[in-house]
Amino acid sequence: MSSLTVTDEQISAKPAKVIQPAWVRVMHWTNAVAMILMILSGWQIYNASPLFGFSFPRDYTLGGWLAGGLLWHFAAMWLLMINGLAYLITGFATGRFRKKLLPITPSGVIHDVRAALTFKLGHDDLSVYNYVQRLLYAGIIVVGVLIVLSGLSMWKPVQLYYLVKLFGDYPTARYVHFFCMAAICAFLVIHVLLALLVPKSLRAMIIGR
Amino acid sequence: MAKRSFLIPGVDKRLLIKDSLKTMPDLSRRRFIAGGASLGALTLLTGCDVVDSSSAEEMLKTVSKFNDAVQDFIFNPDALAPTFPESAITKPFPFNAYYDLDDAPDIDGDDWKLEVRGLVDNKKSWTLPELYKLPEVTQVTRHICVEGWSAIGSWTGTPLRDFLKLIGADTRAKYVWFQCADKDGYNSPLDMRSALHPQTQMTFKYAGEILPRAYGFPMKIRVPTKLGFKNPKYVISMEVTNDYKGGYWEDQGYNSFSGS
Repeated sequence: MSSLTVTDEQISAKPAKVIQPAWVRVMHWTNAVAMILMILSGWQIYNASPLFGFSFPRDYTLGGWLAGGLLWHFAAMWLLMINGLAYLITGFATGRFRKKLLPITPSGVIHDVRAALTFKLGHDDLSVYNYVQRLLYAGIIVVGVLIVLSGLSMWKPVQLYYLVKLFGDYPTARYVHFFCMAAICAFLVIHVLLALLVPKSLRAMIIGR
Repeated sequence: MAKRSFLIPGVDKRLLIKDSLKTMPDLSRRRFIAGGASLGALTLLTGCDVVDSSSAEEMLKTVSKFNDAVQDFIFNPDALAPTFPESAITKPFPFNAYYDLDDAPDIDGDDWKLEVRGLVDNKKSWTLPELYKLPEVTQVTRHICVEGWSAIGSWTGTPLRDFLKLIGADTRAKYVWFQCADKDGYNSPLDMRSALHPQTQMTFKYAGEILPRAYGFPMKIRVPTKLGFKNPKYVISMEVTNDYKGGYWEDQGYNSFSGS
């Protein structure tokens, strides 16, 4: 970047600070599409042999029937895995995870949760995540890794037997996969709700500033 | 208004058009990209309706073929499916088919013969007493259904690879294709590497007893490295072939490799 020259106009224009760099925005929305495809097709697959005493409404499933759901699931899987892997690598390599998500202290989380519930949580500087955000974002990254690993162990229980062992056995991996999905859905609801309450955070995730 | 010519004298019209076309975007590619983008948007808005779109279907089929290739690539013929103690056997082991048990083939073992076709040296048919004389192996493995449920069972029979050797099959061929006696004629191709897997078995007994009708009497192909629907029951013939002949479930959209 040292070869970049800065002109007087650029300095005087003082563009707004970039809150979300382009790579974060691209990967965020790619992930959003991949996740929604995975969830809706996953519900279709779940309905073929429900783990619990309920099925997902047909209108909220993707693929039409089991084979269609599987085709979608195993197609969107590539999008999710490649994008997710690129996100993890870039997040660690650029130090973004460390800078943005750490530290997460219990007292900080308690303080900010209390502030959030009483609508007193400030959002003056969007470039600094509060403790609620740090906990949710770090947590969802862990859940994302878990859902991919449990998914892979269900997909290839013989070839990837060491992954299955990580979860105990095949049926346990299925439950882990389900609960990770439930956690992601809960996160999605809270995430979208909070984004709507603080629209400028949504704007930052779309145009960066 | 007077007609004006934009052509410079001496310039070949056809060459000019040819050159100008080069600078234009490739229309078919642009349409494809636009189609892809709207497909994504449509998916978010309407959920399952997009499945009706034939372009989505083509895309999904292409990815599924790619997934076949990936699964074939990562398939390790030495990786064994986990085996379990007898105490882990699921009781009762579920009957599962696209029809009721009453509609399951009711085969007379005395009349039945296993037909052998295709790229094999010895195409003789095999009777049950002949097959029962082959060396037996028992294995307790997990059957994993494409629907997600699984069950552990005890299967006894002859490793398929030993039988393929016995009949002089060309093991460089791509598939062993099984035809069954089910109604609507269930059939399924098994890729040769999975057919040669040490645990792939021509199964004649369940839990030490002659294979019951529910589990595929007189012969089932038990493939612990595949999903359940790739485990043919009520087998009447096997064909060693290089042709992909499709299969009952494969033709309806299930991934053909479906390895576990």
